[in-house]
Amino acid sequence: MTITGTPIQSSVTPGSTPANSVAPRMQTVRLGVHFEDRSALDDISLDFQAGETTSLVGPNGAGKSTLLRCLDGILAPTHGEVFHDGHLIHRPSPRVAYVPQRSDVDWKFPISVLDVVLMGRTLRGNRLLRVPDQDRRDALAALDQVRMRRFAPVQIGALSGGQQQRVFIARALLQQADVFLLDEPFSGVDAPTQTLVLQVLDDLRLAGKTIVFATHDLAMAERSADVAVLLNRRVVAAGRPSRVLTVRNLQSTFGGTAAFDAAGRTSA
Amino acid sequence: MTTLVSYLSEPLQHAFMRNAFAAIVLVGVICGAVGVFVILRGLAFMGDAMAHAVFPGVVISYVLGGSYLVGAIVSATVVSLAIGAVTQSGLLRNDTAIGVFFVGAFALGVAIISTQQSYARDVTNLLFGSILGVSREDLFLTALVGCCVLVALWLSRREIVIGSFDRTFARSQGLNLWGWDQLFLLLLSLTIVISLQTVGNILVLAMLVTPAAAARLLTERLSPMITVSAVIGAASGLIGLYISYYFGVSSGASIILVATAIFIVVFLFAPRTGIITTRIARRLHFEHPERDQFLDLELDEEAAGSRA
Repeated sequence: MTITGTPIQSSVTPGSTPANSVAPRMQTVRLGVHFEDRSALDDISLDFQAGETTSLVGPNGAGKSTLLRCLDGILAPTHGEVFHDGHLIHRPSPRVAYVPQRSDVDWKFPISVLDVVLMGRTLRGNRLLRVPDQDRRDALAALDQVRMRRFAPVQIGALSGGQQQRVFIARALLQQADVFLLDEPFSGVDAPTQTLVLQVLDDLRLAGKTIVFATHDLAMAERSADVAVLLNRRVVAAGRPSRVLTVRNLQSTFGGTAAFDAAGRTSA
Repeated sequence: MTTLVSYLSEPLQHAFMRNAFAAIVLVGVICGAVGVFVILRGLAFMGDAMAHAVFPGVVISYVLGGSYLVGAIVSATVVSLAIGAVTQSGLLRNDTAIGVFFVGAFALGVAIISTQQSYARDVTNLLFGSILGVSREDLFLTALVGCCVLVALWLSRREIVIGSFDRTFARSQGLNLWGWDQLFLLLLSLTIVISLQTVGNILVLAMLVTPAAAARLLTERLSPMITVSAVIGAASGLIGLYISYYFGVSSGASIILVATAIFIVVFLFAPRTGIITTRIARRLHFEHPERDQFLDLELDEEAAGSRA
């Protein structure tokens, strides 16, 4: 992780890949997003390496989701650029998998868990043909990976929150992407799901994928990421979590006493 | 038994009744299939609006003697774009925009047709349908347009499903949601146009919504839902038409009343969702909890999760 244009520089690159010798998998350059008269993100310059997990940490409204949407290409930034393997991103690509927050979905939709997972690939298939058996097998394998295979025929709304989250991760796996963006993947899910999601993300990282997740859970940001980015419309700090998640940095990100509580937990 | 057969076959001796039966089965199947997507997208009000929006186009082409199909598509497109423009402005909610434009369009149709001498009869035919006046040509056109709609719907099934289920994911896959929405609204307006003569402008909404709503209560999967909805649509049409023939009731109204009755029966007695059947099932569950397989699944899953 290298950042530019921010007061706190990090020369340390955790993870297995030496960052400065390899071109980043994804990169934002002086990215800014403005909604009408309000600025949501300002001057964000970040690199995301292959085989590296980055956590985006910040309070509500810090722009975590906005940054993920820019990385995915759904949202066009007002200023600056986003690059994927050196190519400017104009529109969403299937090589970037995005797991949005769960609340965006129509839970009453008459669709099975297996068909939801298959969405990760159906749009690339021939519309005149049925879904290929290979895709079906891959979808079942992805469900196996998140331990949801036995729920394949169940209607999606019948699952618990944690189970639904696992299904969406399986859908992202089916996309065969090299970048995975996850918006609050651990919030509102049960402990076994948290453990499982962490394990899946770790497998992806070891397979050389780039992972970026947004969270407001500092423990999660520290425990399960190679790089932490403290975000509050601007990058407050970025780098190895133990260096970034300091009392002073957390105070300037979250402000007030919340930072002290949080810092107490992280330093423990 | 022979009396039942003769009751059922008697109306079929008349050519106009044969046409009417063929027309209502076609319309029932097409509306049933398209209606599934109408209710899944939460477009019931938009469907109502489109049914009224085609009215001025139909009236103008009727007055000028052109193809009412073209007139209907033009006016439906204009109204849907107007609704889209007001919604996109972000100043008003979508349903408010719909409310403004569909009644406006409808009033335009009424204003134009009221200048015609045969006003009362024409307006009744357009509003409530005149199924007994369906000609062979009408039937052919209905079948042709209906097939096009169903084929287009089938070809765009993946985009429409993903766009209805999870719009954020659809965007992240690079889908042009606006374009697919407009395509669906076009298919919807075509469906409405070919239903005008059989059930009329006002009752077509029920053909779109009611069979699909009943089908949703009967199945948890999309393909069977479309089949069930089409069957309910066609069955309501057939039964309603017989009732209309023997009891002298307005055909459009009796068809819709049959569909509504089917919905109410399903709502009360559907195997999994019926409010009476679930009450019985719950009582059985308390007596024999070991029979509830789904609960077992969840417990197994929790056990598997805690081992992880």
